[in-house]
Amino acid sequence: MPSFDQIRSDFPILDQQVNGRPLIYFDNAATSQKPLAVIEALDAYYRRDNANVHRGIHELSNRATQAYEGARARAARFLNARAPEEIVWTRGTTEAINLVANTWGVANLKPGDRILLTEMEHHSNLVPWQMLAQHTGAKLSFLPVTGDEGLLDVGQLDELLTPAVKLFAFTHVSNTLGTVNPVAELCQRARAVGAVTLVDAAQSAGHLTVDVQALGCDFLVFSGHKICGPTGIGVLYGRRELLEAMPPWQGGGDMISSVDYYESRWNTVPHKFEAGTPDIAGAIGLHAAMDYLDRLGRDRIFAHDRELARLAYEELSRLKGIRLFGPKTGRGGLVSFLLEDVHAHDIVTVADQFGVALRGGHHCNQPLMKKLGVVSTARASFYFYNTAAEVTRFIEVMREIQKFFGV
Amino acid sequence: MFDELSDLYQQVILDHSKSPRNFRPLEQPSRTAQGHNPLCGDNITLYVRLEGDVIADITFQGSGCAISRASASLLTESLKGRRLAEVKPLFDRIHEMVTTGQVGDGDLGKLAVFAGVHKFPARVKCAILPWHAALAAVEGKGAPVSTETVNP
Repeated sequence: MPSFDQIRSDFPILDQQVNGRPLIYFDNAATSQKPLAVIEALDAYYRRDNANVHRGIHELSNRATQAYEGARARAARFLNARAPEEIVWTRGTTEAINLVANTWGVANLKPGDRILLTEMEHHSNLVPWQMLAQHTGAKLSFLPVTGDEGLLDVGQLDELLTPAVKLFAFTHVSNTLGTVNPVAELCQRARAVGAVTLVDAAQSAGHLTVDVQALGCDFLVFSGHKICGPTGIGVLYGRRELLEAMPPWQGGGDMISSVDYYESRWNTVPHKFEAGTPDIAGAIGLHAAMDYLDRLGRDRIFAHDRELARLAYEELSRLKGIRLFGPKTGRGGLVSFLLEDVHAHDIVTVADQFGVALRGGHHCNQPLMKKLGVVSTARASFYFYNTAAEVTRFIEVMREIQKFFGV
Repeated sequence: MFDELSDLYQQVILDHSKSPRNFRPLEQPSRTAQGHNPLCGDNITLYVRLEGDVIADITFQGSGCAISRASASLLTESLKGRRLAEVKPLFDRIHEMVTTGQVGDGDLGKLAVFAGVHKFPARVKCAILPWHAALAAVEGKGAPVSTETVNP
């Protein structure tokens, strides 16, 4: 098993200077960097095997189909799904959630039903449900977040999780707060009232072991690009019974079994949900990424990310005028913060001049920002290729920023 | 400190962001306008009191980064006493300057400190936001202007 300081060279992009300083990439919650194994898998596919998948008779099409479906089987193992048929390829987390809203949601929700979300959801796990509510007459409810500490107020579930709740959708790890939610417990509570669950694993799938059977969720979604894979590919896991009962979403090639001028018959799952030529290279690249992560070990990755976040949190809390968001202990691999009298965008602009890539803004969490009474925060998010030395340097840069703005 | 950074955050900008001038609402303004940057959540409201077509007083409120606060602060200093018709040509010059770095003919006074912004494409909107609001106030538009519905 390779150690984390040996894997820096797997990521060519990390070896560069930005604004004359060595790059410190702390924007991993937005997207991760790609190891050579992934870049080379994409390259090899386009050099040797590129062809359209399914129904092809020729050799290249066979190869492409095998690689594409092999990636699906790999994704099923990655999530411990029962079968590859429970894996639907999408463009990413956002498209996966929209797919569920537009198929399962439209078929199952009616006026008076409730969709339960939490106050910490990314816009991608909020806006599709708002649209679905408008379309079906269902109503939204929100499980509250407890202030700056950013924990879900699970005590309120008794009141909120009524039999009218048909869907409970929530994030595994908050992209703004770093909170790691008790997914198995939430799924169990939802099941008790007959609600279907959707877990947004965008911030968790590449960082910790995600086992859909142990979590007991009905749907789980994530994006390839946040877990060392390419952009443009993502996964919708759905329990097979649910997927089979759902109507298709987009119509076109591949999602049909037979077509007449006036009507068509749908293909079986998961192909029923994959109209048109898919992102074949993306699936193949994601396969390489999943192999790469599991070679490192996702439990080790999580321990490493959390240690960097703990270190950053501890060091940041010593700065004058710091405001930290999210739980004090047990957080995932990111830290969200504000420095008194320095706007988040100014932090990010100046940090960039020191070669440190951060993110500043509302993190697609506008309602949460309003609740916390801020317009934006600065965020440092870590991955296994980041080091404690980089965190130390980041803290020095924050001190420089305070000096620069005369705080 | 680095040259480009001190180009962006000139002393005048740091000073105005820390101690913004005319940072208060106006009672009974002739015009108000709001500028909003949905990407960062920054918001400013401009208050204008007119005497005829002259801007007799202009103030602002809101929250934003150092660049947008300083821009709003310097805008109020610059527009006070000007005629409404002067705002659009000045807007055009500021816009040209923050996107290209070219200051053009004629003295822009303190406003020239924003020339360094053009090297930071992500921050152009911060500098220009108050000017969009000023343009909306001149045109008497009630609806908030957004950096995402106008050209930066």
